[in-house]
Amino acid sequence: MEAESKPVMTLPRVNAGMKTSSHPLKRWTKLLLQSRTGTVGMIIVLGVIFVAVFADLIAPHNPAANNLSNIMQPPAWVAGGSWDFALGTDNLGRDILSRIIVGTRVSLLVGVFSVVLAGLIGLVVGIVAGYYGGWLDNVLMRLVDSFLAIPSILFILVFLSVFEPSITLLIVVIGLTNWVTYARVVRGEVLSIKEREYVKASKSIGTSHRTIMLRHILPNIVSSFIVISALSVATTIILEASLSFLGLGIQPPDVSWGAMLTDGRNYLATNWWVATFPGVAIVITVLGIIFLGDWLRDVLDPRAQVSRKGGGK
Amino acid sequence: MRKYLIRRLLQIIPVLFIITFVVFVLVYKAGDPVALMLPEDASESDRAAMREALGLNEPFLVQYFSFVGDLVKGDFGTSFRSNQEALPLVLERLPATLELAAASMIVAIILAIPLGIYSARKQNTLTDLFITGGSVLGKAMPNFWLGIILILLFAVNVQMFPVSGRGSLMHLVLPAITLGTGIAAEMTRLIRSSMLEIFNQDYIRTAKSKGVSNSVLVYKHAFRNSLIPVVTIMGLQISHLVSGALITETVFAWPGVGQLLIQAVNGRDMAVVQAAVFVIALLVIIVNLLTDLAYRLLDPRIHYS
Repeated sequence: MEAESKPVMTLPRVNAGMKTSSHPLKRWTKLLLQSRTGTVGMIIVLGVIFVAVFADLIAPHNPAANNLSNIMQPPAWVAGGSWDFALGTDNLGRDILSRIIVGTRVSLLVGVFSVVLAGLIGLVVGIVAGYYGGWLDNVLMRLVDSFLAIPSILFILVFLSVFEPSITLLIVVIGLTNWVTYARVVRGEVLSIKEREYVKASKSIGTSHRTIMLRHILPNIVSSFIVISALSVATTIILEASLSFLGLGIQPPDVSWGAMLTDGRNYLATNWWVATFPGVAIVITVLGIIFLGDWLRDVLDPRAQVSRKGGGK
Repeated sequence: MRKYLIRRLLQIIPVLFIITFVVFVLVYKAGDPVALMLPEDASESDRAAMREALGLNEPFLVQYFSFVGDLVKGDFGTSFRSNQEALPLVLERLPATLELAAASMIVAIILAIPLGIYSARKQNTLTDLFITGGSVLGKAMPNFWLGIILILLFAVNVQMFPVSGRGSLMHLVLPAITLGTGIAAEMTRLIRSSMLEIFNQDYIRTAKSKGVSNSVLVYKHAFRNSLIPVVTIMGLQISHLVSGALITETVFAWPGVGQLLIQAVNGRDMAVVQAAVFVIALLVIIVNLLTDLAYRLLDPRIHYS
């Protein structure tokens, strides 16, 4: 109880130990540079975002252009390759590097927006359930438990067998099936926050439920929310690639890393590069996000760090 | 214990309700089953007759309950691709999937337990860094890509294993490694942190001060207790195992339920999609129940209430 009266607790937790009045951007940069993996993750993520935004300008060739005189060119450093097609070409003579660059867009688009959708639904359900409690909480959490008991890929597959696949459908479907994890975590946080003195004090002077939820509770769950969201962007990118690989996700002419791998699988024996590089792109992107997400967790949630390092006390 | 079991079994009811409801709404209300069952040039009166025959003009709840009633009887309808009953079609694929799942779990355990213990013992050394780094990489690698790379290396370049299909033990190796690696990555990380937490406990310190040798300390005192979270982790991994199996089976043309389901989704063979989804969901529920019970048997501190 005493802790609540110390002014330092009302500041974001990150600042607790740092007596610096510098600009927040500077402070965060300093924190980031202290972690090697965090820095690497940030560089990769910024790089991927840059590539996605300026894909049309960076891509050396038209990713969809068939070029039958350049079929199955190997990468530049292999005999027979040329720097004109740095990572080689596929069975239709399309430049693999350009296709990977353009494919970045789909991956990020699906990864980010489905997480935003899932996060928003989970946030609302979690806050409402945790704050109001009672039968509403009971019903909502039973629902969440039931969804968690079944692998979400099954629901996704039922969706995809009924509707024509598209980028929008993927975002909606992944969002609609993955909100439960957020609801679970958010509700847990809300349960502990709503018992704090300042929330009770605010309630006692007649603050409306909505204001309490938005002003007092929401800001306090933001940090753990950001951490799960960041890490689930990584898993969603893998999920999208998997679905596209199975032919259920992104359809041509849209380019997706997963779909590129499907093409490449047929030429494994003779043209290894077609199936190799899109996978490398996925691994690098996902690693970058995991690194950044882990760093965010260490910085935003000191408790997680303690238990991760294994020192319970 | 019995009270706990009954409660746990009762919890399955809402799960089954949700999955039947979602499938029913999606397939029969949002989708158009008639369009899928009749040829594209069917006349409007044929369509109307089909709709009537399927009972699609009945009230919503009547339709839903007759749908659930059919499921309970094991009647999922007929696959319009193979003209066979959907449920037997799925069940005959089940052994292949279970075989792959079990083999992958064994691969995961063989990799994760020694690596997890070793990296916890050598905390913050180069080896630890290497193992932890490897487990992050294992998490970042989509398993269909890992499968493709393994085929490229060990079936195409060095012809050690068959490229695809099921039959001999050799056929099982690459798919099991593909599916097991991702699970091993997650398990290694969790075993490591669970061991580290136990190393810090008082009873370990006491044992150490008594002069208990290091290996007895690790294997008898610490590892036994770290098994409890490991069982939970294995239960949690079942979801990964299922989604991984769908993809791994497709990559290696492994004739399991996963491959069947993906083919059915691609071909809009709704009867098979439904049957496969229900069979997999039921399996997951059963495995979860069993791990939960095992967990309680391993740790007497957990009460059944």
